[in-house]
Amino acid sequence: MKKSINILFFLAIAAGLVSCNNGNDQRGTKGQGGLASNAAERVYVAPGEHDEYYAFMSGGFSGQLSVYGLPSGRMLKVLPVFSQNPENGYGYTEETKPMLNTSYGFVPWDDSHHPDISQTNGELDGRWIFINGNNTPRIARIGLQNFKTEEIIEIPNSAGNHSSSFITENTEYVVAGTRFSVPIPQKDMPINEYKGNFKGSLTFISVDQETGRMGIKFQLIMPGFNYDLSHPGRDKSHGWFFFTTYNTEEAHSLLEVNASQNDKDFIAAINWKVIEEYVNNGGGKMVPANYAHNVLDEHTHTATSTMLKEVLTVNPMDVPGAVYFLPTPKSPHGCDVDPSGEYIIGNGKLSADLTVHSFTKMLDAIENKKFDGEAYGIPILKFEDILAGVVKQPGLGPLHTEFDGKGNAYTTFFISSEVVKWKVGTWEVLDRQPVFYSVGHGMIPGGNSRKPFGKYFVALNKITKDRYLPTGPELTQSAQLFDISGDKMELLLDFPTIGEPHYAAAIPAELIAKNSRKIFKLAENKHPYAALNDSETKVVRDGNEVHIYMNMIRSHFSPDNIEGVKVGDKVYFHITNLEQDFDVPHGFAVIGANNAEMLIVPGATETLVWEPKQVGVWPFYCTDFCSALHQEMQGYVRVSPADSNIELSWSLGED
Amino acid sequence: MKTILKLIFVSLVLLVFAACKNETTTENGTSGERSSANDVQSKNQGQAFIEDDGSQPNVLQIALGSPDHTTLVAAVQAAGLENALVNAGPLMVFAPTNAAFEALPAGTVEDLLKPENKEKLAYILKNHVTPGNYSKDFLKKFKKVGQASGEDAVVEVNGDDVYVGGAKILASVPAGNGIVHVVDHIIFPAN
Repeated sequence: MKKSINILFFLAIAAGLVSCNNGNDQRGTKGQGGLASNAAERVYVAPGEHDEYYAFMSGGFSGQLSVYGLPSGRMLKVLPVFSQNPENGYGYTEETKPMLNTSYGFVPWDDSHHPDISQTNGELDGRWIFINGNNTPRIARIGLQNFKTEEIIEIPNSAGNHSSSFITENTEYVVAGTRFSVPIPQKDMPINEYKGNFKGSLTFISVDQETGRMGIKFQLIMPGFNYDLSHPGRDKSHGWFFFTTYNTEEAHSLLEVNASQNDKDFIAAINWKVIEEYVNNGGGKMVPANYAHNVLDEHTHTATSTMLKEVLTVNPMDVPGAVYFLPTPKSPHGCDVDPSGEYIIGNGKLSADLTVHSFTKMLDAIENKKFDGEAYGIPILKFEDILAGVVKQPGLGPLHTEFDGKGNAYTTFFISSEVVKWKVGTWEVLDRQPVFYSVGHGMIPGGNSRKPFGKYFVALNKITKDRYLPTGPELTQSAQLFDISGDKMELLLDFPTIGEPHYAAAIPAELIAKNSRKIFKLAENKHPYAALNDSETKVVRDGNEVHIYMNMIRSHFSPDNIEGVKVGDKVYFHITNLEQDFDVPHGFAVIGANNAEMLIVPGATETLVWEPKQVGVWPFYCTDFCSALHQEMQGYVRVSPADSNIELSWSLGED
Repeated sequence: MKTILKLIFVSLVLLVFAACKNETTTENGTSGERSSANDVQSKNQGQAFIEDDGSQPNVLQIALGSPDHTTLVAAVQAAGLENALVNAGPLMVFAPTNAAFEALPAGTVEDLLKPENKEKLAYILKNHVTPGNYSKDFLKKFKKVGQASGEDAVVEVNGDDVYVGGAKILASVPAGNGIVHVVDHIIFPAN
């Protein structure tokens, strides 16, 4: 009987669903699926046409930053940042290896998380994009003229650089907060003495407005909580920065139990302008440190790495009025500020509700000392007095909120796999759409600014399962594009991503496309080993080091025959691309190289080291199909025994 | 038991058809409607509908396969929570048996399964789900667990027995995305 009821039950449900579908079919103009809702048309960018937006998506555990066009979802480029990239030699060539230097030595990988585009007056300006390395704490700056990583600064006293890299509204600072608290300075001590002894650093990195050069202005040394995510105040709250915290219990083990005991954790509100003034007047304590600052010079095409030996720290107790705690329910993850700067949203990942704090009320609570105790001397503001509102039961597992600039907010829910649109101010839920599957961050172009471009919402999903053709147990992550120009969100497109897209930043293409460089000028090439014409090509021995000053142009290397190299030598191929034509890079690869190839763009010089181990005559060739005679673009190096007397010689086109 | 099943069956069927009806009426409305593309997706897509016979069963599949949890399954379906239970989680589901539902005052289940009580039902069901994956033994470390409803459920230990929100854990089944603890009572939320 039970069985037959079950069968009946499913039949009836199925019938119901089918009839629903029929209903859909009958809707005429709307019809069923993407075709009738013209989703295809809305994401179609015809061959030769350009996308409307650049979207920069973090490569997650690939360590890189990927560039996509929106709305097409076409991948334009993967920009190497924290990981070596054999595709173009980044991190393998002598010029770029220093970019990956740290106080731990050469670190060829990281976990890249949160890109953020530079701003002026709270609006995207398209000069640079910054992104954090989470594992070995670093911040990178990528220039949007060259689409190249130009600078990486290591963050001392940090571990798990997660609440990073978010910028203030005039790009005064790039901010990097530590996820893991650690002993500061590091020392050998028992782990179970964590409480009260471990500290969390929040680092404010100033940015030179001309060059973009970064330098640590100060580090705020906070209580030993986990600092999860952050966002700057903007407009009326410009001058403040907000960080979510969890593990205010200061547990050091089994955090999934022990860090969920407090009903509320905090959002830390930092008045950085007050601290800046304090520091400018000589405040703070310079302490010993050791961290790398790596800078790529555009003219030598070469990066240098400098180890810096001290950092300015600030104890929040020394700057009255600089730091407050806003109680926020249950291990908040995302910390988001609306475009007006008034509302600070705590996405409590274990809470069923979203908590919204009011900046105005916060200032009032500070002014009138509406405190609810303190933590390590830092005043805790009264929850009820700063609360602007609560979005009730919008979904399960809220992570992040973005804004469309039209008074709406969009929150991602990991557990219930959906995006929920709600009204800022009334806190009512307006729409919800499922995502496929398990969304992390969401992104609206200009989302971290006063002026979002509220046309698209991109869901950055952790799980794809059956969304694409299967590729074995290891699957891609994905992005999903929603049109949010109407009252309801409409899913337009799925596309796969590289690594895990933790966060993304997008900008109208017109703001940066026109600035994109086409070639490097040879006349400006100051590389010390450049061979800017054939008279400058040569091969020079210095002990067992052999330096080859080589250049390349369609379709040969100069020189292309080299003799006198011996087993045990360390051979430096310094190669200059003489082309001054758009989109004519040349590649270089040599047999048995223990590193990678290198791709040399017009006007640049790059260096690959080769350590031949076997006697013989060994070829090298161009790896990038550069021209009709690409297959002719090759050469030989003769490698003689270590005790050979053959002199160095080099030639091109001689018998 | 038979009567309850029949009632569930009837109310679900009504619910499904009623939902269709509601949609067609709102479709004539202006701003409030969803696009049809999304509509179709939300109906029959989501992780609950993925065909996968290779992985360890998830908490939803375990409940679906259990003859002791037909009422719970019907309730989950009525509340539209299938997709929430197949997520990466991890999810710890406290699954009341059919007997636990039967022990409720007459009419309670029938009442909750009514379409107008969908949100209430979902809230009660979410009070049976914890983000986490802990064995019965491990749960003894907790004083409380935070439920997906937003409320806390107290954890009590009595000898070998573990009670969560007053419900005793009778058995535990590990799942691909968490664990199912079979319990003997409904964990009613305080609100």
